[in-house]
Amino acid sequence: MILDGKCPTGPIEKTWDKHRFDLKLVNPANKRKYNIIVVGTGLAGGAAAASLGELGYNVQAFCYQDSPRRAHSIAAQGGINAAKAYPNDGDSIYRLFYDTIKGGDFRAREADVWRLAQVSNNIIDQCVAQGVPFARDYAGYLDNRSFGGAQVSRTFFARGQTGQQLLLGAYSALSRQIKAGTVKMFSRREMLDLVVVDGVAKGITCRNLITGELESYAADAVCLCTGGYVNVFYLSTNAMGCSVTANWKAYKKGAYFANPCYTQIHPTCIPQAGDYQSKLTLMSESLRNDGRCWVPKNKADLAKHPDEIPEEARDYYLERKYPSFGNLAPRDIASRAAKEQCDDGRGVGPGGRGVYLDFSTAIKRVGADTIKERYGNLFEMYEKITDENGYKRPMRMYPAPHYSMGGLWVDYNLMSNIPGLFVLGEANFSVHGANRLGASALMQGLADGYFVIPYTIGGYLAGIKPGVVTTANPEFKSSVDDVKGYSKKLLSINGKKTVSEFMRELGGLMWENCGMARTEKSLKANLKKIPALREEFWKNVKVSGANGEFNQDLENAGRTADFLEFGELMCRDALHRNESCGGHFREEYQDQGEAQRDDANFCYVGAWEFKGENKEPELFKEPLKFDNVHLAVRSYK
Amino acid sequence: MNFLKSSVGRKVLMAITGQLMVLFVVVHLLGNSTIFIGLINSYAEHLHSLGPFVWLFRLVLLAMVLIHAFFGIQVTLENRAATPQKYAVNRTLKVSLASSSMIWTGLTLVLFIVYHLCHFTARLTSDVASYAGQVPGDVYKMVLGSFQHGLISFVYVAAMCALCLHLYHGIQSFFQTMGWNNDTSLPLISCIGRALAVIFLLGYSSIPVFILTGILS
Amino acid sequence: MSAHNEHKTMTLTLIVWRQKNANDQGKFDTYVAKGITEHHSFLEMLDVVNEDLIKGGKEPIMFDHDCREGICGMCSQVVNGVPHGGQERTTVCQLHMRKFKDGDTIYIEPWRAKAFPIIRDLVTDRSALDTIIQAGGYSSCHTGGVPDGNAILVSKPDADYAMDAAECIGCGACAAACPNSAAMLFTSAKVAQLAVLPQGKPEASERVKNMLDAHKECGFGNCSNHYECQAACPKGINVKFIAKLNREYLKAQFT
Repeated sequence: MILDGKCPTGPIEKTWDKHRFDLKLVNPANKRKYNIIVVGTGLAGGAAAASLGELGYNVQAFCYQDSPRRAHSIAAQGGINAAKAYPNDGDSIYRLFYDTIKGGDFRAREADVWRLAQVSNNIIDQCVAQGVPFARDYAGYLDNRSFGGAQVSRTFFARGQTGQQLLLGAYSALSRQIKAGTVKMFSRREMLDLVVVDGVAKGITCRNLITGELESYAADAVCLCTGGYVNVFYLSTNAMGCSVTANWKAYKKGAYFANPCYTQIHPTCIPQAGDYQSKLTLMSESLRNDGRCWVPKNKADLAKHPDEIPEEARDYYLERKYPSFGNLAPRDIASRAAKEQCDDGRGVGPGGRGVYLDFSTAIKRVGADTIKERYGNLFEMYEKITDENGYKRPMRMYPAPHYSMGGLWVDYNLMSNIPGLFVLGEANFSVHGANRLGASALMQGLADGYFVIPYTIGGYLAGIKPGVVTTANPEFKSSVDDVKGYSKKLLSINGKKTVSEFMRELGGLMWENCGMARTEKSLKANLKKIPALREEFWKNVKVSGANGEFNQDLENAGRTADFLEFGELMCRDALHRNESCGGHFREEYQDQGEAQRDDANFCYVGAWEFKGENKEPELFKEPLKFDNVHLAVRSYK
Repeated sequence: MNFLKSSVGRKVLMAITGQLMVLFVVVHLLGNSTIFIGLINSYAEHLHSLGPFVWLFRLVLLAMVLIHAFFGIQVTLENRAATPQKYAVNRTLKVSLASSSMIWTGLTLVLFIVYHLCHFTARLTSDVASYAGQVPGDVYKMVLGSFQHGLISFVYVAAMCALCLHLYHGIQSFFQTMGWNNDTSLPLISCIGRALAVIFLLGYSSIPVFILTGILS
Repeated sequence: MSAHNEHKTMTLTLIVWRQKNANDQGKFDTYVAKGITEHHSFLEMLDVVNEDLIKGGKEPIMFDHDCREGICGMCSQVVNGVPHGGQERTTVCQLHMRKFKDGDTIYIEPWRAKAFPIIRDLVTDRSALDTIIQAGGYSSCHTGGVPDGNAILVSKPDADYAMDAAECIGCGACAAACPNSAAMLFTSAKVAQLAVLPQGKPEASERVKNMLDAHKECGFGNCSNHYECQAACPKGINVKFIAKLNREYLKAQFT
């Protein structure tokens, strides 16, 4: 089947404005009759719940954390892009659009990306009005920095905590609506099922994480803003609670999962120190503005202190390979380059998995104080974790799973193939193609939440009658029964291995065979090993505690069970995509180390439909058309 | 919510009354110090010549004490209620003996004030009973006589220790509460406040100590 | 790298608060953590203990945590009497075991305050902090319909001041550390951030009054200038913001 993204046609500059005008509206007096569920309160969810509440809809918002302010958007450090062109350096909406399409290796929809670039400017204005303390210059104007994959300075930032400040901005808007009574907040709730009535999304089933009780919530539309799935690698920069569960439950209720193989491996993370490690910590890409990546040219120098290695014996591999972008090459490229050096046996630090990120040149140029002002909190964080001083010796970095470009398939209105189910932010697949540029995730989350969904959801709701389905509908009861049965089964196995042991094992398989580089062989191996591991899980996992109580082990068990299914789909998608593009690098398809796209055969979005337990999912394709940019080999040389 | 019920409102009232009492403590110390140059009797006579102002002044001071003590007790009770369970390990990074004992040093000072008024103002205690009714009488001799009792001197010095502790925290606290503070002024103000508290202790205690040791006779 | 490759392990005794649910009395239990290296974070050390507990058929120690990089504010444990363990500007998830010695005994307790009821073990209900923000911790701008970002000029010192305050992660350590269980540092950080910015000025007096009312109604105590909060704050939020809040409150009495 050919999927249709329902993108507006005509001149790209006019698409969003025209579409907005064409969308039906809900009368202000009728808005309060519509209930909307928003799952997740990160940038996308928080912004959506606040904006929809303000419009007058009845919003119910859910998050698994104890407060909506804790979603993992908070950990984004570097910044947020916008085409303001304040520095007068040639930026424009068109250039942001172009950079994003190119950065995504031509695997995203033009119309969606155009809209993102267009509303990016509104986001900055919105956040400033909320009181987000963006960096300012001495005249009081907004300051910019440059970021990977762009040759203009378009990134707005709040020290090294931009994600935190933007999220707190959205959280404050949300808090205002909670106070106003338009949004009802349910924290410490985990969505464990999507309720679909007659093919239309009408509610969710949640576990109250405090009491363990299962709760049903009905609505006229459901928005999933539940983030990404790179915790499938076990070790990633995501928060411990990030999971594929909400998306996976929607997938199993019929929503298509698009491009799951597109995962972003962030080039600058603190290398793993041991097997016990629970997560990896990212260091902002902005560090590459002033830090230079290098490894020793000679293996003999590996044991030496970096200061003892003279300049001529260092290989500044990014500057060598990509002279025009240098250390600011996009993430996928920088990550692979780091892996290449380590595979070549020239990696530094424990296990030889690390490259140096060296600030000595920048410190000489602008002084340690300036570097401290720019990145002080990052240096502090690095020292806390590694016990090394980044000012005095180069930091050690290694790529780590960070972001998922893939996600549930949505049309231009952000609605999935299930009517009434909308997917926002990282949880959908829409704008980043096969690779996301730095400082674009924050932009997408807020664009979807503040400036897209408030319009597009109206277009859907205007066409349906409000409040037709309530929790009295038998679908809700049967969903609760299913979830209850599932938890009971998990608790009853009482095997020998813990949940984290399984998750670690799955993560290892995914990282080895479906990580930064994939081959047909490695993926096929995983397609055998993952089902076997899953089978073992359901026979031999040990989950402690009981159902009707606060039980973190049970929470983790459910998330792991979903990852064990999802990992297989991810490998299947990676196997079918016989090309290399962006974050998906198939070793068979390369040209001297550079990814080799196959536009003739794979210029499409691959969306998978669930066909039943242990049955092969079916692939649908949405062809990608490029009318405004030319498909070209992506070069940063 | 009413200013008098709010957390900061009451704090401000306590700060202002507290600080006015600190001013009194300064003036009182200067007045007392006239004992070292033999002028305390003329100082006392001068004060009593002010007539109704003496009583006005006393009433204002009494109001200060009552307001300060009332809110101090009320706020402390609320704070206790907000912390129903203590930690098993009692370790703090910044809390000082002075800051954590405000309620106790404060209550001690209330008791002391009552005693002090009964003692040198109303002259109800046996050591000064013979001066009762004289206005103001020979204050110099009365004080000298009293402080030759070790116990009385001890009570006074102990009370001044409580005063010192109270103001060790209290003086800088005033500036913080009034909002006249930032990260550069706070350490400086704290230093000055502590120095003043110590000066009060030394200044006030010097009288009983000097008398008891016979330096002043 | 020589020092880092040696993985000397430590054995520690943990004395941990266990409480089944809000109604349970709760008590301390003792556990032994073995095979801990200096590179383990404090929470990874607890992970190791929990794995053993689960395997032994016992219930693991429940504790709040999420990002494990010191920014989400979810982690909340009192280690040896000090929230987050007392390493300067460090959340407990970023506290590393190199700060402890082999053979140490470590007390681990939940945040304790009337306003933070215990849910289970080390997990507390901190929704009171959300209630305070809901009372006014925002600028009431509408989505859309706002001026250009550069139409509102903010001097660099003001922007820096606002950012210093906005760094608060809302973990509640200030209230947990405060001998009076006051969340005044938390409240003041938001009040100060918005009071200094032009965007927040129109609502400044209502905001400070409403947030202080909410602070009281949530059951937090009163600030008595101990400054313990600043010392315990994993972001080092300065008590000058409490002074600012006081100033704003006084100003609000005359506007």
